[in-house]
Order: sequence, then C-alpha cells, then structure tokens
Amino acid sequence: MHVKYFLVKTLRAFITTFLLVVFVFFVLRITGDPAQAMLPDDATEEDYIEFRQMWGLDKPLMEQFFVYCKNFIHGDFGQSYKDGRDVFEVISQRLPKSVWLMGMSIIFSIVVGLPLGIYAALHRNSFGDRFVMGAAVFGFSMPNFFLGIMFILIFSMKLHWLPSAGSDTWLHLLLPMITIGMTRMGSYARYTRSAMLNVLSKPYIITAKAKGANRNRMVYLHALPNAAIPIVTVIGTSIGHMVGGSVVIENVFAWPGVGRLLVSSVAVRDLPVVQAIVIVMGLAMVLANLLVDFTYGLLDPRIRVTAGDK
Amino acid sequence: MSDNVKNEKVKFEVLSGVVGQETKLQKVFRKVPPMIMLCMAWLLFMFIVALFWQKFAPFDYEEQDLANRLSIPKIFGGEDTVHFLGTDSLGRDFLSRLIRSIRTSLLVAFCGTIITAIMGTALGFVAAHFRGWVDETIMMLVDFQYSLPFMILALLVIAFFGNNMIFFVFLLGIEGWNKYARLSRGMALSAQNNGYAVAIRQLGASPVRLYTKHILPNVSNILIVELTLNFPAKILAETSLSFLGLGIQPPDTSLGSLLSFGRAYMMTNWWLAVIPGLTIFLTTLSMCLLGDWVRDTIDPTIRK
Repeated sequence: MHVKYFLVKTLRAFITTFLLVVFVFFVLRITGDPAQAMLPDDATEEDYIEFRQMWGLDKPLMEQFFVYCKNFIHGDFGQSYKDGRDVFEVISQRLPKSVWLMGMSIIFSIVVGLPLGIYAALHRNSFGDRFVMGAAVFGFSMPNFFLGIMFILIFSMKLHWLPSAGSDTWLHLLLPMITIGMTRMGSYARYTRSAMLNVLSKPYIITAKAKGANRNRMVYLHALPNAAIPIVTVIGTSIGHMVGGSVVIENVFAWPGVGRLLVSSVAVRDLPVVQAIVIVMGLAMVLANLLVDFTYGLLDPRIRVTAGDK
Repeated sequence: MSDNVKNEKVKFEVLSGVVGQETKLQKVFRKVPPMIMLCMAWLLFMFIVALFWQKFAPFDYEEQDLANRLSIPKIFGGEDTVHFLGTDSLGRDFLSRLIRSIRTSLLVAFCGTIITAIMGTALGFVAAHFRGWVDETIMMLVDFQYSLPFMILALLVIAFFGNNMIFFVFLLGIEGWNKYARLSRGMALSAQNNGYAVAIRQLGASPVRLYTKHILPNVSNILIVELTLNFPAKILAETSLSFLGLGIQPPDTSLGSLLSFGRAYMMTNWWLAVIPGLTIFLTTLSMCLLGDWVRDTIDPTIRK
C-alpha cells in the first residue's frame, strides 16, 4: 500500500518531466528552423549539416523527438554560441553555486519563519503576532530585487559591512540568502501560525494540557507534527516562486549561478544554453515537488494509504 | 468582535438619535478600516496618474538634455528647481519618466490580469463541463504549470521569440492561469448539480449560456478575490522582467526598468532607484491588503 503511494507520485514526476521536455521541444520547433535558431550567425554550411544530423532534423517529427530525448539523456545539450563550450559543462560549473544559494535560502526562511509562526500562535493578538502577520504581507508585496538593492545600499555602500557582489566567502552569501528568504519567511510564519492555532484547539491538546504536560513538550511533540502538513504544503508550493526569484536575485548580487547565466543567455539569445537551463531547472522543481510529496506520505499515514488506493 | 461592533453601532445610533439617518455612502465608509482607506486612496491616485499621465507629466519623458545630467533637485538638497525629481543619466526629467512608467506598468499588469482571468476561468469551466480526457488534459497542464515557475517559462519564451509589447502582455497573461482554472473548475463542478443549474439545463439553455449567464455570476465573488491577488503578482512579474532588461523595452519605460537604470547611481542619486521601488512596493502592498480585506468581507468562509 505504502509503496503504491510513492510509486504513483514517482510516476507523476516522470510524466511532468516528459511534459517539460515535450514543451521545450515544441517551443523550439515552432520557431521554424531549429538549426537556424540554435546555431550562431557565423556558422558554416558544415555546421548546419552536422547539427541537422545530430538532432535528426531530416527525419520525421516523432523520430526527431526521440533523438532529442536521447541527446538529453546523454547530457548532450549542444554548444554555447558565446564561447563554443559544451553547454553541459558550462551549466555543471554553475549549478552548485545556485543549489547552495537556494538551499541556504530555504533553510534560512524555515529556520526563521517557523519559530515566528509558533510564537505568534502561542501569543495570539500580541504585538509579536501582529508583526508576523504584517511580515507576511510585506514579503509578498515587496519586490525582491528592490529589497536586494536596499540591502546593498544600506549594508554594502553605507555601512561597508557586507560585500555586494560575488560568492567567494560565506559573507557573500548573507545578503542574497536573506533577500530570497525574506520574501517567503513571512508567509511560512503566517501559515505555521494558522496551522498551529487550528491544532492547538483540538481535544488531544486540551487533554495533554489537562494531564499537565509541560508547554514545550505539548507544543513540539503534540502540536507541531500535526500542524506539519499545511506547512510542508506551503513550503512546497513556494519553491517555484523562490527559484524564479533567485534568478532575479542572482543578477542583483552578481552571484555566479545558473540564474545569472540564464538571464545573460536570454539577452544574447544563446538558445542552447537557455534550453538546457530551463530543462535543468524544471527537473529540479520536479524533484523538489516529489520530495514534498514523499514528506507528506511520511508525515501523515492517512495520505499515503488513501492516495495509494486511488 | 462583530458583536462588539454591532453593540457600538446600536449605542451610537440610540445616543445620537440618528437611526436611519445615515446615507448609504456613510455606511460603506464607516465599515472600511482606515488602513484600507489609505490603500484605496493610493490605488486611486495611481490609477488616475496612469489614466491621465500626459496631463501629469511636466516634460516629455523621452526628451534628453545631456548638458543637465543627473541633476539634484531642490527637495534632495540640490540646485535644480526646474525638474522636481531631478534628471536621469541622459538628462531626462525623472518625474515624467516615473509617471510614464506607472502608466506602462499598471496598464500591462491590468491587461495581463484580465487575460489570465478570462483564460483561466474559461479553461476551468471547459474542464468541468466536458470531464473525461479534456478535464484530465487541462488538469495535467495545471500541474505542469505548477512545476515550471513563470519566470523560467517567460525567459524561455522571450529567448526564442523575442519580445514586443503585445506579446509581452499575453506572456504575462500566462502567469497564474492555473490558479483560476483550478478554482473555477472546482466551483463549476459543485454548481453544476445545484437546482438552478439543473433547471436551466433542462429548459434547454446552451452550455455557453449556462456558464456565462448563470454559473459565472454565482461564483464571481471568489474569482474577484483571486483577481485582486493576481494583480500584484502581475506587477511583480512585469517589473522583475523589466528590471532584468527583458520585459518592457526602451524607449518605453516601466517601473522595473527605471529601478534597474537607477541602480548605477545609488551613491549620488539614490532616489532614482528608491522612488520607483517604493512605488512598486506601495502599489502591490495596497492591492494585497485590499484583496485580503475584500476576501474577508465578501465571504468570511473563504480562507486561503
């Protein structure tokens, strides 16, 4: 039964991946001649012939699609216009930086957002509670690039505390991490608060209280695990926003990651690189969503049993 | 809370002896919290600026004056008394550019929001009406959209097809369609079995009539709330892309591109970046707060 839940979710992840590849393939094909789109202006006739052969462009559409998939599976995304380097190589150099920034930002927003939410739920209608609710709206409506620029203005230009560009030390990490994290932190806190409030009014919490369980034990052992599902949902759905946001933030802080590469490649229409990055980011999103689904299943036995039955 | 308010109201009416004397407008205004009033005022102001931008702009937003670049206006302690907010790096009047940007950003976001609402709602209704493989396909696309952030999708499309204003508006129309589709599908599914829908169908009304004339008005509350939440997201999407230099293209200007150009002069002319940023922030903030309030007012049972 349990295995079935995880299998169903994995299958869905594969379907989404497949759709992603179909989508990019489709976008590439409706531009007209992919060879013309993907090769630089100074490409020779031989380059064209080689490209058409490699991607099977003289074959029927279905076959083209299989060739396309095969090339991707082999990690063969073609060559960058700009410097002629292998796209796979270019991206794999940049990817760790982006993953590092994203990972730290997510951890930061959870580490700050969750305790804030719990605090707000336990001190309802206090000043702290209102602060948390306000922070959520602030995070949602603040343009992240503006927040980043303000941070640079204050902490780099005026106070000279933190570097504004690059990724060499952990000091470089702080500003972009906080910028990406802050836009989501508030909404994590807000959802944690409402989930906790919901759980704290349940009979089993009242029982625990009546039996004299100490407050920390009650909050962290009884309430939090039961409030976890909506919290994980929110974190899961916000990863997409964060990835989109990190593309902008990497540009603000000159962070040498995939997002910055994506924007500069779009600007000069370096299509092989753009195509590969979109696929890689899409895959990362699919993996993240799969992880969230698995976490549900682990957190709540009811989900894995009923969803598996369907 | 609401009891309290009611009691207060009764007390007020009894004490002042004005029961029934209040005009409708006064009633509406008394219900609105001051914070929301401020938001509405700001949004109204922005929309008026956007609508009559030509009347507000003191100069031509494209006119360059290279002899008078990056002038510091009087309000920030400079010499320039002609240009209220100074000039930018090409000597163009910053206030006029700001006003033009407000107009572009709001117009683009507004059109995008309408496109999304129509497309998303229609797809949701189609899915609910046909069920079967149509439903499955649309819902699969919805799930797919959830896994591909709009930002990435937009960059891919811009890279392959280039960019112009009309194209860009339609591209923005994609952002968030999945939420409408999911919402309207769910609501149409439950509405279909309501007495009124069954009766109208049996009277022989066409599906188009049923959905647009009868089901749509019944579910419009929730869709309007989604609209108020989608609008700020649109502004953010547009300004982000323009900030990266991939959205609104020169010579036109948007709040995002204005901020992006202002960035380079932060040490000397900080307002060139801060004012457009604050304008975006205040507008999205007002819209979000208003949206939240409308949601709670229209239907207290709707929760995110």
